[in-house]
Amino acid sequence: MTILRILWAGFTMNIRQVVRSSLFVFTSVIEPLIMASIAFYTAKAGGRPEALFYLAIGAGIMGMWSTTLFASGGVVSWQRWQGTLELLVASPPSMLPIIAPQTLSNACVGLYSMTATLVFGRVLFHIPLHLAHPIAFAFAVPVAIIAMGLLGLVIGASFVLYREANALSNMLEFPIALVTGILFSTSVLPGWTKPIGWILAPTWAVRVVRESALGGDPLLPFAMCLALGAAYVVLAMWLLQVVERAARQKATLSLA
Amino acid sequence: MRNWLRVFFVGGVIAYRGLFNWLRPAHYFPTMLGGPLFQILFFAYLGRFAGAQSDSFYVVGNAVQISAMAGVFGMSITIGGERWTQTLGPLLATPANRLAIFLGRAVPNFVQGLLVSTFGFFVGRLLLDFHPGLGAVPALALVVLTTTAACTAFGMVVGAFGLRLRDSFLVANPAYFLMLLFCGVNVPLHVLPGWMSAISRVLPLTHGIEAGRDIAGGASLSSVSGLVGTEALIGLCYAVAAYLLLRFFEEESRRRATLDRM
Repeated sequence: MTILRILWAGFTMNIRQVVRSSLFVFTSVIEPLIMASIAFYTAKAGGRPEALFYLAIGAGIMGMWSTTLFASGGVVSWQRWQGTLELLVASPPSMLPIIAPQTLSNACVGLYSMTATLVFGRVLFHIPLHLAHPIAFAFAVPVAIIAMGLLGLVIGASFVLYREANALSNMLEFPIALVTGILFSTSVLPGWTKPIGWILAPTWAVRVVRESALGGDPLLPFAMCLALGAAYVVLAMWLLQVVERAARQKATLSLA
Repeated sequence: MRNWLRVFFVGGVIAYRGLFNWLRPAHYFPTMLGGPLFQILFFAYLGRFAGAQSDSFYVVGNAVQISAMAGVFGMSITIGGERWTQTLGPLLATPANRLAIFLGRAVPNFVQGLLVSTFGFFVGRLLLDFHPGLGAVPALALVVLTTTAACTAFGMVVGAFGLRLRDSFLVANPAYFLMLLFCGVNVPLHVLPGWMSAISRVLPLTHGIEAGRDIAGGASLSSVSGLVGTEALIGLCYAVAAYLLLRFFEEESRRRATLDRM
């Protein structure tokens, strides 16, 4: 019961903080629309109007990814700047139930990006939003959110020791979007990049949503999202233990 | 004049060292080099996927555009940073020439923009299908120089809002990303709706990128002199607008006593 209360408090508290931040209003509202517009006009320039729905889903997931990345990368840094990181580490619960709801809520905020991008594409670019498997789509979106939120948990956990977390977040947006094929297919990338994408949740998150929406078999990406999510939780638990101990030993926890 | 130059050069360098003291290699490399590198690759591969334009189109567009990272964000941090570090009040209480103060602070960001842009062209040459002739390099350098200066002037306009708004990134973030869409960085202007390409004509980057693409495609500098001249003129207009805005917001902040409000 206590764990549930911690999870819920962390989730709602983080949502309240994020929606009041101008950076996240930009990341989750304005940036996805700009990226979607670039993608739509690029498809138009390339004479590929049939790719618009494909790109619209990609742009929406990219907004979700950007929000998750920036917010999760900053989870630890902000606690550090606010002077609350030491209090959280010293509190009786482990760090996992403290950080996990925050990264999951960040991914949930990204849901807005996806909805807004699809509506934007429908209204301004007249993209037909016909869902091939509506029920599968209804399951695919939350699974995609959970998978990306849990990847955010690993990112947040690994940034405990790294003071330049924000810089790394700034850099990771495009490379991960590139190798995971969020916006466009990885078939145009060199073959060696593919295994990198396989271990990253956005690869499967975008596939499960696309295959539910455009038609195809969403089962494999669905299962991969769940499997990767579970693996991320284990990895984050281990990482948090290691980095927390290291930060205590080096007395660097509160050094901004 | 000696005082003016002292405020311009010494003041600019000291301010940069003070305001960007957090810019360690661990921060600089991922943000200023890693981000732009992947931005270029991302859009080049998006173009390949959509069968839209050549790699050269995306390399020139993005390599020139990333100079705005230093120009727009750098200037926002420069002016907003004075507020965060509580030095804005004392700075504006001095009788120092305002033009020397703010232009001096723009120079390091301009140099940063040049470095990042050069890096962008270098990685484009190394990793993508972008192979301009050696003879094109001096002309390309002049185009980058002009466009980066125009971008820095635009950044000063954006940064001027740092005197008015508590968070100048509220303007800087949309300004930077909208440039990706409006200025022909990744989408040819003729594909954009008329109103968007009309706006792009009064923004920095647009003419510089167009000139850069022509030069990379084998055109001579003289054949793009009109574009380069327009880019320079647009930069000058933004520099004048920035100066006027900075003076206006300074007066307003004094009147409302909001200069140091965090």
